[in-house]
Amino acid sequence: MKYYDKLIFELSKDGRCGYSLPAAQFKGGTDQIASGLKREKPALLPQVSEVDVVRHYTNLSQMNFGVDTGFYPLGSCTMKYNPKINEEIAAMPAFGALHPLQPECTLEGVKEIYDAMEKSLAAITGMKHFTFKPCAGAHGELTGLMIMREYHMRRGDTARVKVIVPDSAHGTNPASAAVCGLQIVVVKSKADGLVDVEDLKPLLGPDVAGIMMTNPNTLGLFERDIKQIAALVHEAGGLLYYDGANMNPLLGVARPGDMGFDIMHLNLHKTFSTPHGGGGPGSGPVGVCEKLGDIAADLQTSAFNGNFGVILRAYAYILMLGRQNVRMAGKLASLNANYIKESLKDAYKLPIESVCKHEFVFDGLINDGGTQEKHGATTLDVAKRLLDYGYHAPTIYFPLLFHQAMMIEPTETESKETLDAFIDVMHKIAAEAAEDPAILQGAPHNAPITRPDETAAARKPILKYQDEALQS
Amino acid sequence: MAGFCYFPHTEDDIREMLRKIGVNSLDDLNSDIPADFVYKGEYDLPDALSEQQVRDFFEGLAAKNTVLKVFAGAGAYDHYTPSVIPYITSRSEFLTAYTPYQCEISQGTLRYIFEFQSMVCALTGLDVANASMYDGPTAAAEAMRMCVASARKKNTVLLSEGLLPNVRKVVETYAKYSGINLEYIVLKDGRTSLDCLKELLKSGDVAGAIVPGINRLGIIEDLTGFADALHEAGALFAQYCDPSALAVLKTPAEWGADIAVGDAQTLGIPLCYGGPYVGFMACTQAHMRKLPGRIVGEARDSEGRRCFVLTLQAREQHIRREKATSNICSNQSLMALWVTVYLSLMGPEGMKKVNDLSYAGAHYLYDKLLETGKFRKVSDAPFLKEFALEPLVDAKALQNVLCEAGFFGALITEEGYVTFCVTEKRTKEEIDAMLDVIKEVK
Amino acid sequence: MSKIIDGLYYSESHEWVKVEGDIAVIGVTDYAQAEMGDITYVDAPAEGDEFGKGEEFGALESVKASSDMYCPISGEVVEVNQDVVDAPEKVNEDAYGAWIIKIKMSDPDELSALMDAAAYKALTDK
Repeated sequence: MKYYDKLIFELSKDGRCGYSLPAAQFKGGTDQIASGLKREKPALLPQVSEVDVVRHYTNLSQMNFGVDTGFYPLGSCTMKYNPKINEEIAAMPAFGALHPLQPECTLEGVKEIYDAMEKSLAAITGMKHFTFKPCAGAHGELTGLMIMREYHMRRGDTARVKVIVPDSAHGTNPASAAVCGLQIVVVKSKADGLVDVEDLKPLLGPDVAGIMMTNPNTLGLFERDIKQIAALVHEAGGLLYYDGANMNPLLGVARPGDMGFDIMHLNLHKTFSTPHGGGGPGSGPVGVCEKLGDIAADLQTSAFNGNFGVILRAYAYILMLGRQNVRMAGKLASLNANYIKESLKDAYKLPIESVCKHEFVFDGLINDGGTQEKHGATTLDVAKRLLDYGYHAPTIYFPLLFHQAMMIEPTETESKETLDAFIDVMHKIAAEAAEDPAILQGAPHNAPITRPDETAAARKPILKYQDEALQS
Repeated sequence: MAGFCYFPHTEDDIREMLRKIGVNSLDDLNSDIPADFVYKGEYDLPDALSEQQVRDFFEGLAAKNTVLKVFAGAGAYDHYTPSVIPYITSRSEFLTAYTPYQCEISQGTLRYIFEFQSMVCALTGLDVANASMYDGPTAAAEAMRMCVASARKKNTVLLSEGLLPNVRKVVETYAKYSGINLEYIVLKDGRTSLDCLKELLKSGDVAGAIVPGINRLGIIEDLTGFADALHEAGALFAQYCDPSALAVLKTPAEWGADIAVGDAQTLGIPLCYGGPYVGFMACTQAHMRKLPGRIVGEARDSEGRRCFVLTLQAREQHIRREKATSNICSNQSLMALWVTVYLSLMGPEGMKKVNDLSYAGAHYLYDKLLETGKFRKVSDAPFLKEFALEPLVDAKALQNVLCEAGFFGALITEEGYVTFCVTEKRTKEEIDAMLDVIKEVK
Repeated sequence: MSKIIDGLYYSESHEWVKVEGDIAVIGVTDYAQAEMGDITYVDAPAEGDEFGKGEEFGALESVKASSDMYCPISGEVVEVNQDVVDAPEKVNEDAYGAWIIKIKMSDPDELSALMDAAAYKALTDK
């Protein structure tokens, strides 16, 4: 990767253009609109030619790391390979030209895809119905919690305003609950990383709408007591919500619907191989049990019917996977995670010794190289050093249960050779830390930039090109 | 095990890895899952297909839809997509990256988001924009929440009846569960009524109002007096806008708005049955800290080079958890790139031209439809590319006849009007052909 | 070891209070600023806002954290320290000099429920 320091605005020259539009066929134009309704000055947009645009964005792309560039062991993000046939299908002009409101009789193929997706996701998860409106995982969570509240409201039970969330939960869980008007009650984890059933019991009552669970949880551990938890929550009149962020190890292995979950979301951009796009678009369909089907169908939480383009990609993946290959997906994801865990626990602290699912958490280096005189290398330093070796970093400082958390998720699409190479580098980094932590603390050394001063950036924010001119 | 192109493991690999882990079989890795939850049945999924079969399958499905000449809008507009855009957005360095958490190897993503924010600010005239929202309606819902979060102890937000039906529906859904009270500002002569707004402000509980720049009847709203009325009442003014039209129309900043939201689908994103699109959200400096979602800022690296980082993150869900303004984390980043490339190609002149072509085509169609004697004017207010007429023929039948002839137009509004929309993509031949069909409608 | 000053009142949520007549000058303790790291933003209330004892009156932000500030005493905000809002690093540099708000106390008796320096030291040593 090489450093490239332009913004598109800096390539601009008055009078240059990059568009190609037809000649006017009719008289008139926006000059006929009263001046009181028009902007005073043209917007500050760049004036560049087509080749400027292509080179600029190609140069930008070369400062980016993606799954196609290299191994991306980012915990809880399921950075599996994004098949190229998916892209080909989503780009078919015959789908791109469809207006979301055009008459149903012209959309038979679209309807078939949604129906087939619902049927497939139901088979994989054990839920009965799906809504495809949510555009991302957090959006799915929010939609799912709205379904939970609506269920209680329709029964006339308005006292249920609390939702229970484990202390190991993704940050989105409490945030989604709050947006949905629910108060958050935290249930503790035990030393083995699993939800403490004894701590849960007294929290349940007539004011509890339900519980949000991630299973396996953010430590990559399967919540073995799920049967008992489901029974307790249901007995207390609550519903169980399944956060599908960690569904990947259960793909072809186990179904949340069978465990007693009433509502769940899936991240099609994780479990179902669609690309993350640098932070979206994703898709977060929500599955529900039989009795919640009508409510799920009623809730309008996005513009039309969700990110259709992403749903097309996910269905292409399901067709490639089929009933024959699905059985191996989750198992291989767990195999890869356990293999890395067992191979590196001699150099990195493993706080919980247990078989993991698709991911696991280390709590920093065993020997960070720290002495009386100098600080040891932190998880952040390890992460930054990995960039030098051509790897993306794991998720760091999450979950919050450990101070030096380093969450690693390899996914099933990585080969033993890729994992072995990563393991070698992680050992090499541990050795470097023990010898001289400064090597890590100064990392990355080979990336397009070194570490930025984020504090200065947050104190005096420059958030658009126009601000830059003001500062200088 | 038969080979599968996305799983690289050989039998030997699996055996060696299991040995290293110290278990005997793959199933042993799931020994922590209670036996009754390990799924033993046959998955009710289709048979695995080859890549060619997958392609054939989708080509077959595509053929079961009918692609129509689009003369409708209502939140999804058929503007032209320059060929450069999909070429750039399909570069896998952009496509297969995650959210730019490791900024040192994500400068590509961070830079285009910074450019996107700059362009949203340029179009809206406002000070700060975020890295994108899911779509226009959810951005409007976030604007509603932002109004309430900014106003201490006020809990009502006003919505114009001129907002698109799906915008209102989504905002209503969010409001219901957030416990926010919504009230409607009526349309008068096709425009959002300032008198009605002033009346509603008397309650003293209004935290803000969301009003469209162009309403669902296609009318360009005159928002003179809205900002003053709202600000005097201590309420925020949020404008819902079409960013394409903002290249020519008065900006939210010029109208005195505190917040601007909308859907940037109009900036060259294909219709694609409703998504992925991309919402945008901008606000004045004063409200920057309440703006939801990711924001990219400029920084310097340790060697003094200009670089870009996710900034002001203390507002976000992964830090604030239940106290965050919003729960959004994934947004529509790649679609923000789509829009950024579009605006780079178009520039100020191209954007003016797109609006001129759409305006001229829409006004030609409008005049010709009135000439058929099958429609009546509903307003004399100015419009840009979308407009409403009162049909003197059966609206549903009209829509059906058009559909059979390969056109999608005459969307029926809640008052029983029909709307049409013309973009720069529609040719005179297409418009005349549709008019010929309409002339025959009884 | 964080700095604690005699003669101030302290809250469990790490605010300090200095009494000047019927005015309470309020800031965050040295312990709190050290826990936060480099402070990037001080979210302060507006003059004229009223807060009850224990009510949230603002927040501090660093790059990776956010922490609410709770009003140790009831009353109306009569002054906000604009210098600190403009330069949040002042809280890191001198937590006891960088006061954040001044409150006209509505019930000075509430002071008796706050800790003195010794009690606060015991709390932070834990």
